[in-house]
Amino acid sequence: MRKIVLPLVTAAVLLVAWHYAVRLSGTKIFPSPVAVAKATVALAEKSLLWRYIGDSLMRVAAGYLLAVILGVPAGILLGWYPPLARAFNPLIQMMRPISPLAWMPLAVIWFGVSNLAPIFLIFLASFFPVVVAAMNGVRDVPPVFLQAGRNFGLTPRQQMTRIVFPAVLPRILVGLRIAFGVAWLVLVAAEMIAVDSGLGYLIIDARNAGKRYDLVVAGMLLIGVIGLLLDIAIRRTERFNSVRWGFKE
Amino acid sequence: MVARFYGLHVLNCARLSETSGKFLPLAGIALFLAVWQVGVALHPHSLVPGPLAVARAIGELAVSGLLFRYVVASLFRVTWGYLTALLLAVPCGIALGLSRRGEEAINPMLQLLRPISPLAWIPIAILWFGVGDVAAMFLIFLASFLPLTLTAMNAVHNIEGVHLAAGANFGLTSRQLVRSVIVPAILPQLIVGMRITLGIAWLVVVAAEMIAVSSGLGFLIIDARNAGNRYDLVVAGMVLIGAIGVLLDLMLRRLEKLDVVRWGWVEAR
Amino acid sequence: MTVAIRNLTMRFGEMPVLEDISLDVRDGEFVCILGPSGCGKSTLLNIVGGFVKPSAGEVVIDEERVTGPDPRRIFVFQERGVFPWLTVEGNIGFGLFRLAEEEKRNRIAYYVQLVGLRGFEHAYPRELSGGMKQRLEVARALAVNPDVLYLDEPFGALDSITRLQMRRELLRIWQTERKTVLFVTHDIEESVQLADRVVVMSQRPAHIQRIVDIDIEHPRDLSSPRYIELRDSIFAEIGLAHQV
Repeated sequence: MRKIVLPLVTAAVLLVAWHYAVRLSGTKIFPSPVAVAKATVALAEKSLLWRYIGDSLMRVAAGYLLAVILGVPAGILLGWYPPLARAFNPLIQMMRPISPLAWMPLAVIWFGVSNLAPIFLIFLASFFPVVVAAMNGVRDVPPVFLQAGRNFGLTPRQQMTRIVFPAVLPRILVGLRIAFGVAWLVLVAAEMIAVDSGLGYLIIDARNAGKRYDLVVAGMLLIGVIGLLLDIAIRRTERFNSVRWGFKE
Repeated sequence: MVARFYGLHVLNCARLSETSGKFLPLAGIALFLAVWQVGVALHPHSLVPGPLAVARAIGELAVSGLLFRYVVASLFRVTWGYLTALLLAVPCGIALGLSRRGEEAINPMLQLLRPISPLAWIPIAILWFGVGDVAAMFLIFLASFLPLTLTAMNAVHNIEGVHLAAGANFGLTSRQLVRSVIVPAILPQLIVGMRITLGIAWLVVVAAEMIAVSSGLGFLIIDARNAGNRYDLVVAGMVLIGAIGVLLDLMLRRLEKLDVVRWGWVEAR
Repeated sequence: MTVAIRNLTMRFGEMPVLEDISLDVRDGEFVCILGPSGCGKSTLLNIVGGFVKPSAGEVVIDEERVTGPDPRRIFVFQERGVFPWLTVEGNIGFGLFRLAEEEKRNRIAYYVQLVGLRGFEHAYPRELSGGMKQRLEVARALAVNPDVLYLDEPFGALDSITRLQMRRELLRIWQTERKTVLFVTHDIEESVQLADRVVVMSQRPAHIQRIVDIDIEHPRDLSSPRYIELRDSIFAEIGLAHQV
């Protein structure tokens, strides 16, 4: 009970404080909570909101899933063959800190101003965390498991499918969750620059088109809520029996 | 003796020589550069520059002094935003970690704020601070504050109960407890979190600079493209961003090796 | 079926660990390799199991030289060897992938019963106690019907009461299936309670100090004079006084 009441009370207090801060400062621009709520409702009614959310979700899904489909096998391969990892790890480490947004000009050259550019950026942003998580997961498979596999006469391919893959799954899930968080952040940024729909676009457009900060804040909150819901959904996968063992209770 | 026991690392095997240890990474990089060069050669009309053009562009930046100025500008913003966040986040995180009520009250909000990209704050940042350094530093502060707070909070949760009990047993005051038990105990996890958050801050500074300021590596990239399609400078900027990001990461990894932190790494087997 | 260890020597770099170990194990025999921690007995077992190549010497099983691990000779690690992502059934059935479904199911059921894990077929290792996990690992090893079992301090992680129970269990199972067993331990009492022969290893660099024949019938009475006599002789062999 306390777990629900306490945050609600705190949230209420903050909202009230926000409201009065806006009132007292006499700002004409920064919205009060009420204004934000009204703006959200107006958006929802106009069905523009749903279109924007759909577009954002579609982009993040495309880029993220592509990164997972390519990144997990790549990471497992790198973890399994240490020479490969030694060869490519420096490259990965060097490309990882480059903000996906820095890739924007190149993305525009390659994909033009279209859906593909943000999808590419999201792919880039999610790819590296997934590869690194899979790679490290394979490297950290306890040798007892591999020894047992050899003992029971498993071929290398069987080792891979029956031992390495199940053993690595929890670590990969963690990597997937982190990668999704990054993908969501990058999505918003990418949409601010290269497209004309979506939640990121909503924020930039609302400000540019008419200083509608109530829409800006509404957009921010939506981004937070949806991102949180998706994060929780991914966390749910950690409860499956085939991976639950890998997470501390 | 290199024995490929299908990933099994046996004690008396896999003693690769020093030279082969350096060879593979260099080979990987060389391969990448070669593929890049070939790709560019095959598309002579593309605007994408090859590695040589990029190297020349870096040289050009170095000579004109812009390299130094921009790198310093980016680092300056990151440092200030990040350190401010660190100084505020650690006490907050510790307080939240120790107070069950405080955490229950505030954690949902933190979880809600976490997925909001710092860049979504750009309009607000510009509204409050105008276009300039402060807006960029604010964004970096935002990007760093939440992860650092959550790291500190989680680290406090992970402190072994026996250590806190021992502290109480020896009659430590709250302040002594924080200083002698809590801070040392959370250090390993905190430093890992700091390293990851610094990486995030570095990502954000570049993005923030693309939008809100007029110097720095992020600005370089946008400006180079807008001002004259100088894609060699664009990629040069990317390379520099990557290099500095790696250096920052290595720097913090060094911290992880200090004795006061090293104990936190338990051997997995 | 005999296990012949011939002149096994092992060096890690410059450091000698095992010196000229030779031992012949008879079919169906239970042999304990006894020594203090760090003396190299685990290394010895790993070499015999085929996981490590010796610096010199060889292991010959039934005229066949050991060159690597083999499902006919299963290694039982401590409980941490069970696969956490498989249920009890899944673990026991792990090595049975060459069998038909029906036979596989029968075997699994038999070994679940044999090690006393009935009712836990669908449980995951995290739901089991340490002793149960150890029994699971033994069941997994037995299910593939190996000729030899290697056990490396399998009861090390268990409390002493559970250890006593597990020893009884192991003997019961062994008497049902009569496999050849090589069992590594640092516990003198354990070795005398379990083995037909105890191989006492010296400190590093380890060689065989003495082989003691335990000529007591099972079940062994822990207060019988012969038991105490044998146990004390090993104590003396290792050079331990009788008082703490």
